[in-house]
Amino acid sequence: MSDGQMPRKITYEADLDPHFAEEIAASARGEQLFQCIQCGTCGGACPVSPYMDLTPRRIIAMTRAGYKAEVLKSHTIWLCASCYACTVACPKAVRITDVMYALKQRAIRDGVYPKRFPVPVLAREFFQGVLTTGRNNELPLLIKMYLKTNIFKMLGQAVMGLRLFLTGRIGLKQERIAARRGEKGDLRTIMAAVDRGAPAKGGPSQ
Amino acid sequence: MTYLYYPGCSLKGTGRGYEESLLAVFDALQLPWAEVKDWNCCGATAYMAVDEVKAFTLAARNLAIAREQGGETAQVIAPCSACYLVLCKAQHVIHDAPEIGARITDALGAAQLTYGPRVQVRHPLDVLINDVGTERLAAAATAPLRGRRVACYYGCQMVRPYATFDDQYAPTSMDRVLRAMGAETVDWPLKTRCCGGTLTGTIEDVGLRLNYILLREAKKRGADAIATACPLCQFNLECYQDKISAVYGASRLPVLYFSQFMGMALGLSEARLGIQRNFVPLAAAV
Amino acid sequence: MATLGPNQGDAVRIGVYICHCGINIAGKVDVADVTQFAASLPGVVVARDYKFMCSDPGQELIQQDIREHGLNRIVVASCSPLMHEATFRRAAAEGGINPFFFQMANIREHVSWVTADKAAATEKSRALVAAAVSRVGGHEALERQRVAVKPDVLVVGGGIAGIHAALTLADSGKTVYLVEREPTIGGHMAKFDKTFPTLDCAACILTPKMSLVRQHPNITLWTYAEVADVSGYVGNFSVTVRRKPRYVIEDRCVGCNACVEACVFKEGKFADEFNYGLAKRKPVYMPFPQATPSVVLIDPATCLHFKTGKCKQACKAACERDAIDFDQRDELVEIEVGAIVVATGFQPFDAERVPEYGYGQYPGVYTSLEVERLVNASGPTGGEITLRDGRVPKAVGIIHCVGSRDHATNKYCSRVCCMYSLKLAHLVKERTGAEIYNFYIDMRTPGKGYEEFYDKLLEEGVHFIRGRAAEVTDWTMTPDEEGKLVIRAEDTLIGAVRRIPVDMVVLSVGLEAQADAGEVRRLFNISCSHEGWFLERHPKLAPVSTFTDGVFLAGACQGPKDIPDTVAQAGAAAAEAMALIDKGYVELEPNTAFIDEERCSGCKTCIAMCPYSAISFIADARVARVNEALCKGCGTCVAACPSAAAQQHLFTDDQIFDEIAGVLSYV
Ligand SMILES: Cc1cc2nc3c(=O)[nH]c(=O)nc-3n(C[C@H](O)[C@H](O)[C@H](O)COP(=O)(O)OP(=O)(O)OC[C@H]3O[C@@H](n4cnc5c(N)ncnc54)[C@H](O)[C@@H]3O)c2cc1C
Ligand code: SF4
Ligand code: SF4
Repeated sequence: MSDGQMPRKITYEADLDPHFAEEIAASARGEQLFQCIQCGTCGGACPVSPYMDLTPRRIIAMTRAGYKAEVLKSHTIWLCASCYACTVACPKAVRITDVMYALKQRAIRDGVYPKRFPVPVLAREFFQGVLTTGRNNELPLLIKMYLKTNIFKMLGQAVMGLRLFLTGRIGLKQERIAARRGEKGDLRTIMAAVDRGAPAKGGPSQ
Repeated sequence: MTYLYYPGCSLKGTGRGYEESLLAVFDALQLPWAEVKDWNCCGATAYMAVDEVKAFTLAARNLAIAREQGGETAQVIAPCSACYLVLCKAQHVIHDAPEIGARITDALGAAQLTYGPRVQVRHPLDVLINDVGTERLAAAATAPLRGRRVACYYGCQMVRPYATFDDQYAPTSMDRVLRAMGAETVDWPLKTRCCGGTLTGTIEDVGLRLNYILLREAKKRGADAIATACPLCQFNLECYQDKISAVYGASRLPVLYFSQFMGMALGLSEARLGIQRNFVPLAAAV
Repeated sequence: MATLGPNQGDAVRIGVYICHCGINIAGKVDVADVTQFAASLPGVVVARDYKFMCSDPGQELIQQDIREHGLNRIVVASCSPLMHEATFRRAAAEGGINPFFFQMANIREHVSWVTADKAAATEKSRALVAAAVSRVGGHEALERQRVAVKPDVLVVGGGIAGIHAALTLADSGKTVYLVEREPTIGGHMAKFDKTFPTLDCAACILTPKMSLVRQHPNITLWTYAEVADVSGYVGNFSVTVRRKPRYVIEDRCVGCNACVEACVFKEGKFADEFNYGLAKRKPVYMPFPQATPSVVLIDPATCLHFKTGKCKQACKAACERDAIDFDQRDELVEIEVGAIVVATGFQPFDAERVPEYGYGQYPGVYTSLEVERLVNASGPTGGEITLRDGRVPKAVGIIHCVGSRDHATNKYCSRVCCMYSLKLAHLVKERTGAEIYNFYIDMRTPGKGYEEFYDKLLEEGVHFIRGRAAEVTDWTMTPDEEGKLVIRAEDTLIGAVRRIPVDMVVLSVGLEAQADAGEVRRLFNISCSHEGWFLERHPKLAPVSTFTDGVFLAGACQGPKDIPDTVAQAGAAAAEAMALIDKGYVELEPNTAFIDEERCSGCKTCIAMCPYSAISFIADARVARVNEALCKGCGTCVAACPSAAAQQHLFTDDQIFDEIAGVLSYV
């Protein structure tokens, strides 16, 4: 595009994924996705929409039309703060927040999220951490996230980190649940059982 | 009946002041409580972004433990908005989507736990308003918060979309509680506008801007402090104030948990309420 | 033409006709096979199949066979009785036999349309034909009763629908009773200044019709009145009307307003209902200057006399015609009518149910109806558009679809709001020069001259933002937002979120069924859709009839509609009522219930069960008796009677057993 070539804006049907909408609707438990009338209430209600590359409304429309690559790549799904402002305001009862979750899960699964964009990294690290200890340990989590994305940003947070430490709001001790492997209430046993119960192919738990 | 206190991770970490003050208030009001045994993280928003069923399973494990500990209709108190939402949402999904529900209950069964569908998930403000009532609160306020003008900030996940104890658009429970404790509360339209959650940590400029808007408007409406009911809201609104001032030049505003304000009105010491942990000091009331 | 009666000693001679219905039936059912099978059944003299039995040649076939083969029973296997039972009964009658010596077998809706397998469809058709043939032999000859029709008509509701229906009926010579529950007729239209799309002055076109109603010799107008009770049936309704006390003798009052001026309250003090509280009235008041009838009323809730008993009654003293009467009471009037037109209209959606828009919270937020009053030359501001704080707005936002197209309030589209929003945009811009922003989801302008009206507004420079407004708040981000209300919405055509500061917000509230639609529905024994709109008999072919014969619908009580459609429908309802009355009689279906008085034990079970109150208890004989004119043939009493004394024509036990035997004989 740099050397004078005009960007092509037309979409051919072959560029689209005809099953994408149904897959997302199923994983968001929301057939209402198809009821969207593109009114834009979601975008109007969303506190983060001014920063989104695609408004929530466009995410819904593009998901429905099968713009899989564009939707999964978009910053919008990672900017979504899960505040449910859109969901309660939508006149057609589309559960937009849950659609955003379904898209995040799909992006992580397909590995197409923006690589140095910290939200998916945070989500994945958090997921792993909780899976191991049953608790979220804020300090190690943040350190890992900054290491993986932008190490310089961590320096900027150092002052705050110190203050949190000094006021006793952040500690070095690893929190973990008591139930050990194989014991009653053990988290690994439970999660393994969830995996065993997963639908054969391509379900949200892989 | 004993309330089962589900702290969630934040109330043991950045939100320690919330735990300290809330439990102190419960004790002062003689509300019996016990911590949910060997609870685990609720999964919060991040977990749901990776695997929804596992996120609900995490939540359900806590409800199963609560059931064992407090019986079929045990009452779980979830002070953190994210925990409150996730526990409520898991209950809704397990009820509304039987295939997912079966997978989760089976998985819990594998670790000898039984899911508790009738366990009630409640927010402390729900308990204070509906079980205690503003009259009893007012009577207990030995050191009423006269002269304080507080902007009650509810944030998002506590009122949307599952809470039934308060209005989604114009909630009043926190205002009523703090008014009963003698404070004046300011009316402002951003009570439920999201603080951005983890965005301060991930996409900082957006997170800062969202919190700046909240701080600015609270101040404009004449508030001399903000009261919150969520550890993440408190963290965002308070701990980032230096950065917000650096970008927007805004002046400072103390941000306390509503329970810290309540504890003050009940005559409890600042140390018991964890107020010394706050970054922005609360000036003496005028 | 001689008709064969029962017990004539003649052998039963049946003709069976299997219809192809083009390929609707023949595509799935082997009609030749079914015909052959029918021919083999006992009593069947001829059996034929034919492409379209309902066509003229099809009917002629039946008549010819009756003549040539001496048939005395007919079976047609075709579509649903709802579709063509009447057609074939008529064909049988014209062929010379009693129309009830006929039975229909439904092999389309019940078979060919719902069966995948051809063999199975053919088998089921055989079974149904066998059942019909088995039962039709036992049919009795029945006669339709004729009942004379009362010549007068009741119209309920005096909006533009009721007014138009009443005038049309009265002009044709009918005596009309018009009952309106407010103190004046006119309905919502009386509140408007201009009407879309022509912008003609509402008063200029409505007020003359209102006074015509008042003066028409054939119309009795009762305002401030309600229908208290309705009994009877098509052509013969008895109606009780309750006239509420207005504490003013209507015949004496000339509307001079001397009492209003004299009232001890020097200024209006109470929210004026007609102006939605934008103006104040006294306890004695005229609803609005063109109120019809031009008669004042006293509101006991605010009148000092009623509240304290201590008023000096300045109004009474001021009235030269001695029209004020503090002792008036409810008055009940009984009338007999042949037909009823229900025209009770709509209620506007309550904007406080959408808290995001701040109605009732921010004084700058108005409903569309309030703005109709503000732009009205005879409204509270004399047509000046000023805000509650006296300012003239420089920017106005009009939010469409408030309480429409929303799962949380009303799912349907209210049909008129886009157009009236355009009208208000034009009027407000014309009067104030303000910038106007319309927030719409879809612009719906289907109607004669409607799209052209939209074009005109576009030309006038009104802004259109395609996006449903998310919120109206008073917090600000920029200096130009200070002191304003800010509407936040996604401009979906641009794909950006916008914040638009305005001085005035107009909420285009939707139309809802009246709050008391449920009670009115029961009163007139008609049905409601789940939203509360009165249900027409058929959405296309019987749009003004109801499931209760003799009760017709006009205007917005049947669903949201604008004035042109309302008037058209009111004319249609009037014409239907006239057709009924001018015919002079009604024929009643003979499929009514009857009580075998020998068997009746007088337990009265049936009396309580009958939904149409058609059964009464004859005290001397100690038996129940059915009024055939009231019975709708629902069969409830037949099923309920513990002594099997209640039976129903066309559905006697013997006939039903014959039918079952027919099916079983096949199996
Ligand atoms: C803001 C607004 C602007 C509009 N502008 C236009 C326009 O410019 N052009 C246009 O074509 N349409 C317009 N409309 C639509 C128009 O109002 C309706 O089409 C019209 O009013 C319908 O007339 P109606 O007689 O069926 O109902 P209504 O006008 O509602 O009249 C019903 C009457 O029945 C009476 N009534 C109700 N219940 C009972 C009862 N139980 N017993 C006795 N009486 C009863 C009521 O008091 C009322 O007088 C507008 C609507 C709104 C909300
Ligand atoms: S608010 Fe609902 S209907 Fe409107 S654009 Fe968003 S998802 Fe679609
Ligand atoms: S849930 Fe996400 S998309 Fe919806 S309003 Fe909140 S931040 Fe925006």
